[in-house]
Amino acid sequence: MGAHHDHDPHRAAPADGRALRLGIGGPVGSGKTALTAALCRVLRDELELAVVTNDIYTTEDADFLRREAVLPDDRIAAVRTGACPHTAIRDDISANLDAVEALEARHGRLDLVIVESGGDNLTALFSRGLADRQVFVLDVAGGDDVPRKGGLGVAAANLLVVNKTDLAPLVGSDLDVMARDAARVRDGRPVAFTSLRERPDAPEVASWLREVMRARRHGHEGVHETATAP
Amino acid sequence: MTSGDAAASGPRRADGSEGGRRGYRARAAVTAEAGPAGVTRITRLRSDGPLALRETAEAVYLVGAAAGPLGGDVLELDVEVGAGARLAVRSAATSLALPGGGPDGDGSRLAVRAAVGPGGRLDFAPEPVVAAAGCRHRATAAVALADGAALRWREELVLGRHGERPGRHASRLDVTYGGVPLLRHELALDERGVYGGPAVLGTARAVGSLLLVGPGLAREARTGDGLSVLPLAGPGVLVTAVADDSAELRRRLVRGEMMTGPDKAHESTAAVR
Amino acid sequence: MNASLLLLADSRLPAGGHAHSGGLEPAVAAGAVTDVDELADFLRGRLATAGLVAAALAAAACAALADRTEGGPGWAGLDREADARTPSPAQRRASRAQGRSLLRVARAAWPHSSLDALGSAAPDGPHHPLVLGAAAASAGGGPADAAAIAAYGAVTGPASAAVRLLGLDPLAVNRALAALAPRVDAVAAEAAGCARGPWSGLPAPSAPLLDLHAENHLRSDLRLFES
Repeated sequence: MGAHHDHDPHRAAPADGRALRLGIGGPVGSGKTALTAALCRVLRDELELAVVTNDIYTTEDADFLRREAVLPDDRIAAVRTGACPHTAIRDDISANLDAVEALEARHGRLDLVIVESGGDNLTALFSRGLADRQVFVLDVAGGDDVPRKGGLGVAAANLLVVNKTDLAPLVGSDLDVMARDAARVRDGRPVAFTSLRERPDAPEVASWLREVMRARRHGHEGVHETATAP
Repeated sequence: MTSGDAAASGPRRADGSEGGRRGYRARAAVTAEAGPAGVTRITRLRSDGPLALRETAEAVYLVGAAAGPLGGDVLELDVEVGAGARLAVRSAATSLALPGGGPDGDGSRLAVRAAVGPGGRLDFAPEPVVAAAGCRHRATAAVALADGAALRWREELVLGRHGERPGRHASRLDVTYGGVPLLRHELALDERGVYGGPAVLGTARAVGSLLLVGPGLAREARTGDGLSVLPLAGPGVLVTAVADDSAELRRRLVRGEMMTGPDKAHESTAAVR
Repeated sequence: MNASLLLLADSRLPAGGHAHSGGLEPAVAAGAVTDVDELADFLRGRLATAGLVAAALAAAACAALADRTEGGPGWAGLDREADARTPSPAQRRASRAQGRSLLRVARAAWPHSSLDALGSAAPDGPHHPLVLGAAAASAGGGPADAAAIAAYGAVTGPASAAVRLLGLDPLAVNRALAALAPRVDAVAAEAAGCARGPWSGLPAPSAPLLDLHAENHLRSDLRLFES
């Protein structure tokens, strides 16, 4: 246990030098789209990036990103998932691959493509065929027992984000409990506590992602991933 | 104005047999060519049996010399439009596909073949066909358009006379443009449980289509009540409509035809992506 | 059918099918399908029209690959035949999107130079039935297998979408599918019978309401499926 806590055994730097594909998953309303928007705003001047959204009902997420003008329209693609958001990121990733490849074909060299999953349950996990690295977003309002319960997304994501920390006192969630439980189920893989309302630029997640990108540029297979305390 | 073969042949029985009505085998033809001054002349107009053709100032009319296709009838119509010529084909009235008189209830057939040369234009828009109870009719049309030819082709089908269940009716339209397939489109009224379902015609009593080929057509699909305006992969737009009756069907096809104009930015709200 | 062909027919094949409803979602949105009986009506009509077209094209593609003597079959010609039988732009796009996805998994599972050629012949993605036919040939099947898989998929995809969209009893939906099975076989047999005839003469039955639904779907604010 814990032997690979700072190394993802899977390659983050594909042989063909294509863009890093980052999956962002998590339950409905936890802040996936807000996090995606934050990362785009913070990183768009440093990186060539594009976004694929997987929306359950509508193209609302893609529309939100366009409205917020975090990226030009032609760098955002929306995928419909046939009422099965987890299928589209895990069992049958073809529609997402098509969208990613279309963005790559349109823009040439991209550094980063973010694939934002539709809201799903705690067992959702991105396929390795789609995402090189993945972030799972929870929020404190979902209950401070969620990390303890675990689930594939909570346990296995490269980064667990616990969002809406500003609400913790209001909903009676204990951040220390969440941090302790998360550390246990995650074998020490990093956890970031964020409040996108208070810090809309998500500095904890952005710095983790910068480190992933940096390591990848230098050909490191693994990334030293440090947890940030609440 | 017409060539010498206009009265070359009279009706023949399809199988040449004696006794009972066994149907006609008729082959009619019309050819339009552009004269030296660019004016189109009808250089061949051949009527045959139930397929009688009449030339007027605006169009060549199919005149129902017989009541309509009856079981056992095999009718063929050849249409040729030369380079740069224009031809409109109409019919005088609705035609009725009826059951045959033969003991086996032979099906009836109408086969139209058309060829349009470069710069030529064919406007083929007869009145509707009514598939009467008990009919077994098959209508085929093969249209070969040269590069640069234009076409307006309308087909309307009514499912039975008032309050009547239609017989069997099958149609197929094959259109090529410069030798490349542009549209292959069949409609089969065979089994009510198939065509009457929500994938094909639903509860509609009339169905029709209008194919337009030529320059300046919409490249975006549009829809309305029972109406689709469908830009094809090749240089054409297919308008299809379903309706409760033939009058409403015609209104929808007319509306659809008005929607086939070039895409305009200010109309984009009505357009389907 | 060998096990490779069963894989090709399996709805779990990661070829993007789960995100397409075959026109069922817009039919539901239009109120035309609300229960299992209406679903069965929808499936019968779809099978006899779009299903037959797809099965015939798949069988022809399979035969062309199986019979080829030198070089690859003329994929561009068959692709145009598919276009000519698909007047709705929305349905052409859906067919090509699914063709692209199926081609990806087919090339991974059953590598074959003709699959590569098919990909280059249509950069936007070849029509789905062509890929299905070529994949069936690459997996050791014949035109009858390709036609059967295409006809089967023409009804199982929308049926699965109906379970998700309408919350229908999956047992009742499966009973309806089982009742359709003889029709699926008949459509596959008819399609396989034309596989080696001229491509121009392949069946081309139209479905005006499927075309209308497909175009309306793109305008709908609320949609779960790509098509």
